[in-house]
Amino acid sequence: MYVGDWIDVGPITAIPVRGSRTVPVAGGDEVALFRTGDNQVFALVNRCPHKHGPLSQGIIHGHAVTCPLHNWRISLVTGEALGEDKGCTPTIPVKVDGGRVLLCRTSTLKAAA
Amino acid sequence: MTGKAATQALGIQRPRGGLFSFLELGMDFQGQVVSDEESGDAGGDSRPHLIVVGNGMAGCRAVEELLARDPNRYRVTIFGAEPHVNYNRIMLSPVLAGEKTFEQIVINDRAWYDDNKIALVTDDPVVAIDRAAKTVTARSGRTARYDKLLIATGSDPFIIPVPGKDLPGVISFRDMKDVDTMLAAAARGGEAVVIGGGLLGLEAAHGLSLRGMKVTVIHLMPTLMERQLDEAAGWLLKSELEARGQTILTGADTAEIVGETHVEGVRLKDGRLIPASLVVMAVGIRPSVALAREAGLAVGRGIHVDDHMMTSDADVLAVGECVEHEGQVYGLVAPLWDMCRALADGLVGKPTGYRGSVTSTKLKVSGIDVFSAGEFGGSGESEDIVLRDASRGVYKRVVVKDDRIVGAVLYGDTADGNWYFDLMKKGEDISSVRDFLIFGQAFAQGGGQADPKAAVAALSDDAEICGCNGVSKGKVVATIEGGACTLDAVRATCKASASCGSCTGLVEQLLSLTLGDDYGGERTVKTLCKCTSFGHADVRREIVAQGMKSIPEVMQRMSWSTPDGCSSCRPALNYYLLCAWPGEYVDDQQSRFVNERMHANIQKDGTYSVVPRMWGGITNPRELRAIADVVEKYNAPMVKVTGGQRLDIFGIKKEDLPAVWADLNAAGMVSGHAYGKSLRTVKTCVGSEWCRFGTQDSTGLGVQLERMSWGSWMPHKFKIAVSGCPRNCAEATIKDFGVVCVDSGYELHVGGNGGIKVRATDLLCKVATEQQAMDYCAAFIQLYREEAFYLERTAPWIERVGLAYIQARIVEDEVGREALTSRFLFSQNFSQDDPWAARAAGSEREQHAHLGEFRPIEAIAAE
Repeated sequence: MYVGDWIDVGPITAIPVRGSRTVPVAGGDEVALFRTGDNQVFALVNRCPHKHGPLSQGIIHGHAVTCPLHNWRISLVTGEALGEDKGCTPTIPVKVDGGRVLLCRTSTLKAAA
Repeated sequence: MTGKAATQALGIQRPRGGLFSFLELGMDFQGQVVSDEESGDAGGDSRPHLIVVGNGMAGCRAVEELLARDPNRYRVTIFGAEPHVNYNRIMLSPVLAGEKTFEQIVINDRAWYDDNKIALVTDDPVVAIDRAAKTVTARSGRTARYDKLLIATGSDPFIIPVPGKDLPGVISFRDMKDVDTMLAAAARGGEAVVIGGGLLGLEAAHGLSLRGMKVTVIHLMPTLMERQLDEAAGWLLKSELEARGQTILTGADTAEIVGETHVEGVRLKDGRLIPASLVVMAVGIRPSVALAREAGLAVGRGIHVDDHMMTSDADVLAVGECVEHEGQVYGLVAPLWDMCRALADGLVGKPTGYRGSVTSTKLKVSGIDVFSAGEFGGSGESEDIVLRDASRGVYKRVVVKDDRIVGAVLYGDTADGNWYFDLMKKGEDISSVRDFLIFGQAFAQGGGQADPKAAVAALSDDAEICGCNGVSKGKVVATIEGGACTLDAVRATCKASASCGSCTGLVEQLLSLTLGDDYGGERTVKTLCKCTSFGHADVRREIVAQGMKSIPEVMQRMSWSTPDGCSSCRPALNYYLLCAWPGEYVDDQQSRFVNERMHANIQKDGTYSVVPRMWGGITNPRELRAIADVVEKYNAPMVKVTGGQRLDIFGIKKEDLPAVWADLNAAGMVSGHAYGKSLRTVKTCVGSEWCRFGTQDSTGLGVQLERMSWGSWMPHKFKIAVSGCPRNCAEATIKDFGVVCVDSGYELHVGGNGGIKVRATDLLCKVATEQQAMDYCAAFIQLYREEAFYLERTAPWIERVGLAYIQARIVEDEVGREALTSRFLFSQNFSQDDPWAARAAGSEREQHAHLGEFRPIEAIAAE
């Protein structure tokens, strides 16, 4: 379990299925929230480990996103690059409760710092 | 164990009418605790008193388990909210459907209570617990003292807070009373709306439909039963239910329930009104925890319990859907049985403990077999093994991680569900049977061959290889022996693997077995991507031949091996469908590469560049001023003249794009599609209007060509140029379609490009008039749109099919050319809306706006 409070960032329906929305963090890196085809929500720092492409703008398939800049595939679960590529994007604890998307505040500030 | 309980309560339903007043009533009765003698049939019974709150499946099962261990240890009283004995709530659906009567779903009749000396209090829910006095108070005011208290209150239906939710005729689907209401409504006939496309909602819809009502299911999510099924299975289910006459609206959000004195219909947020005399709300359940919370017990999502089902008070226990164990809340029956076992062991002083449950769901939805277990969503590290048998309507998916099954979804054929579930629960290493796993237990364990080829070799000659076309093993082998040495040859000769393709692996193994070393094993056709064994041409042909109209449909019928494709196949399928069904197919934005989704070009720093259209490369002061204003207003760091005679504004943030477009629209400019697999630019020289060498009006023709072809989606980017004389200042001979004007008419050139490998155009033909140049251009574009592969420019396409083929279709076949031209112009009816104008007006705002903002807590506190 994560220590820290959960912040309601909006309804799950605000994120398109197989789409993404962003949450800028004051003084830090933007967070990208992903909603997958099976209706799960994941959060990563919105930055590809390769050349810092905005992962939120990639195509989402299964539980992975393909970076729009150079087609690296990043796992939404672990933030790790898949296949031959090596690198990792920080993940942020996120959950859905009662249709609301909740981000872990402390982890968001830590990961994005 | 059936999973119908997933959305059904196992405990009591709290009475309507405000909890607070009941509690007050309870307080009034605090001082009037009736003695044990008064509360029932204690009659000198000195045994400890166990009171069970909830006469549902969990409460009664717990008592059954206790009695089985020690029938004399406790005196038992059960309080229930409903006026019934304990019945199987899971079976309410068959009662609704008319397959069973209430009597048939009773689990324990009156005699059971009497025989076991259990005092049953019906129709009188417990409304308060006083843990200090160790008493419970029921709605009637009846109070009783306990030594041990068991809370089994189950779940409450979730009622979405929309206007009209309290109208008569709006019900949930939780208990016998709801079923009675539905039966009465069905007897009157008419229309019903079920809100919620989960299991319970679909059961309600099925029952009402069987009883003659016209049923519409409204589901918020894009696919049905998204918690139990993945997208592919959800799509199959939707198709099947629609075929049975139900209307299924997915992605539909309820705005309000309308009606004066009784429900009359449901209005969706998109404005649609669906008439209904009955509305069943089946959107979900929540653990019923109010009673426990008021009593001061530790409550999270459910009532917190330890491994022995003990709450934060050692004398208060809880089981079933109302509890939260190790952070988990369960809505299925199997975990409940486990909990009751642990509870009863603890109650008789032989604690064994509950360790949580791995759950599976095997059920029939309206007679359709469905199974799911574990993490069927898959994760980054897991792999999917998928089998799709389109002709039988079967979809199977097993999720494997580290050689162990972690999840499974089965649709249409669930025979092996238990086997997969068993392997999953035991965490067995499946690497030895991996190649056969998806074919099921019988196949995988049949002889235990280590080599997949051996299994195929062992098949008899009359074993069916291709179910779609009814081709036996003997016939495939004969075909191969007759000279068909490749998969494509087999497909062409005996049709095996030529339809859904799911037997491709088997046919390849037969090729290998029959030809031995002579079989190269190499596929002659490159597959579209790793998700399929089909090539682009197969997919394009079948989309049209089978009339497939959506991405999930293509993936199912053509046996995709992944649940929702990848970033290679999704954009390709989206384009193929768009091209095949103009005006009909709805573009899937999430299958678009970022530039086409954002209508701008992403740059290395994540900002975008914006290129407004300048028809034929001509501009004017008004447009230039508007561009200059945009550059200054949004601090664009650079403006650049492009190779295609346009101005490119760099460094625009995604949030600013709609405003930038609005400003450019105001000056009459539209999207330049510099970002698309589409017509990019028509480059021109000044031609006969100005140039002393010009032979024709090349700028005028360029503008006309651009007006005709802008906005059309293509396999790849497409560039046109028109030069006014053979000096070719517009560089028409390295464009996809180039026109070089000469004194006697127009030379049409095709298949050129710059780029990594420069290719000069081939001369297609020469025509005499501007109109012919336009018509030939449209025909050529359409041929390219219909026959090239996604991401194949015209240059490699022409090298693949040959210039002679293009000439035969465009130049020699006049009727065919005219048909191509008219198909292109028809499809343009649907593509020539400026995407910028729509976005500037607010459509798809979510593509541009942040979901929210995150600030450190100090900043928020300061406000």
